[in-house]
Amino acid sequence: MVIKVCVGSSCHLKGSYDVIVAMKEIIKKYDVEDLVDLQASFCLGYCAQGVTVKADNMEAATVEHLGSDELFLHNVNKDNAEELFAKEIYPLLNI
Amino acid sequence: MSTHRVFDTDVQQIKYAVLKEVIRRAYEGGLENSYMEIPEIICPGPKSKVRCCIYKERAILQYRIEMVLGGKKGNDNVVQVIDAACDECPAGGIYVTPSCRGCMMHACQDACPKGAITIVDHKCTVDKTKCIECGKCVKACPYSALILQRRPCMQACKVKAISMDENQTAVIDNNKCIACGACVYKCPFGAITDKSLVLDVIDILQKSENNTKYNVYAVVAPAIAGQCRDSRLGQVVSAIKALGFHQVVEAALGADITLYHEAHEWAEKGIMTTSCCPSFVMFIEKNFPDLVKYISSSVSPMVEAAQLIKAGDPTAKVIFIGPCAAKKLEYNLEKTHGAIDSVMSFEELQAFVDARGIDPAKLDDTLLDNASFYGRIFAKSGGIAQGIVDVAKQYGVEGIKPCQMNGIDECRTNLLKLKMGRAAENFFEGMACDGGCINGPLCITHSPRNVVDVDKYGSEAREKTIDNSVALYQLRNKEHEENNEHVAHKS
Repeated sequence: MVIKVCVGSSCHLKGSYDVIVAMKEIIKKYDVEDLVDLQASFCLGYCAQGVTVKADNMEAATVEHLGSDELFLHNVNKDNAEELFAKEIYPLLNI
Repeated sequence: MSTHRVFDTDVQQIKYAVLKEVIRRAYEGGLENSYMEIPEIICPGPKSKVRCCIYKERAILQYRIEMVLGGKKGNDNVVQVIDAACDECPAGGIYVTPSCRGCMMHACQDACPKGAITIVDHKCTVDKTKCIECGKCVKACPYSALILQRRPCMQACKVKAISMDENQTAVIDNNKCIACGACVYKCPFGAITDKSLVLDVIDILQKSENNTKYNVYAVVAPAIAGQCRDSRLGQVVSAIKALGFHQVVEAALGADITLYHEAHEWAEKGIMTTSCCPSFVMFIEKNFPDLVKYISSSVSPMVEAAQLIKAGDPTAKVIFIGPCAAKKLEYNLEKTHGAIDSVMSFEELQAFVDARGIDPAKLDDTLLDNASFYGRIFAKSGGIAQGIVDVAKQYGVEGIKPCQMNGIDECRTNLLKLKMGRAAENFFEGMACDGGCINGPLCITHSPRNVVDVDKYGSEAREKTIDNSVALYQLRNKEHEENNEHVAHKS
């Protein structure tokens, strides 16, 4: 799975880099470094709901379960990143 | 537009008028059939404005259209002469006008360092075989009777690439030319101009089908900060997006990464020159082959920013928008690995926006904020020299002594010193344009205010250090070493 953190201007000002740093730590903490490729992306198109994090390039089974190859998380910040990851992304990795 | 001018000169204005007509037709379709109408629209007559008659004026406009359509076939240089437009300016050197009164003082004679001036029949006479055209006599004459006749293009060209053919028409020696574009801005008849890639840009935008087939990104040079006169920078960014670009990204973000690279590379090399100005790099390659080994191996900020974009969006197309003629050459070089798909100048951007009927002043602002203070001040001469010491220190590299070389003449002097082992400095920042990119030949305006605007743009950057830009770069390259920890602690 690829996790993309938006670093477009709007998200940047809302703290993209803090989210990237947090995500790196979370991915390490949950021991999924081999399953997740963390990337930065320029504008994902949700400037009003930043910071936006997008997950894609998922396993076939995950896509089937989710009904989509994309998952968006909005209003992510360094404090809620772990909660959102654990609730939304982590379960998808174990399917 | 009636109350003030958008461009500095009427030469730019006519280039703009042609660009705008071509771009409009390219969008409406049928450019091939209708471009012949353009000269008559721009030059309706019945009186000609500059040339002998409207027919010559229109013929020259036809050649200007050729330049917008991609320039002369078989000439790879970006900077090209429109032969018919060259007015064959006098280039005779010192000319004695009838104002010479044959005075007793003959200050001209005393001022001449070469003994080229004699007084014949009570008039000053110049021996052209001795004269070096230094102009000292011109300054000395109390009657202003002497004038120095030089071609503006040849005077602008600091690498002596321009000469005259047997018809007195200007010729560019492509082996010497470094595509800095100084002659483009300086020729008073607009006879030397940069070829345009704007049709490629339009093609890329149209084939993206509103960014559904692939995304088109604009990488904008930091010099843009000085180019927004009637609107705010944020509105210009909105205008660029309105042209059909998916995203606008600062080239200054790439500049941050270039600084990071160069600081580390210097630590290995000990002596280094910058590599972000393509004309400066060409100047070294063509004039100081011994010093090529000192050129930084970093790619230019333009390329760095494009590589970042394409790492996250591999099918993306990237178009650079800047003040530079040489970037139109650089994007095509092998060393850029096709990171940039096309290049557009600020002049062309203005024509594009107007041809599409977009009024930036009526648009809302779009944020443009990724790069640091240091990346943004790359646009002015001295920007890198200012940044490199601070940045290097932050990464534990000490001992950099920067030399700021502003314009080709200063570059030549200091590179000669370096070659001879007489240089006191060890880090050489070279900019081909006087003042840096803010005075690039394809800027809309070349006002002294541009420096103030770029400094302001720099100081408004949220990022005061390059840490976060570097983190982005490391993420792309999957560098997970201690530098990351370092960045994490800082933020």
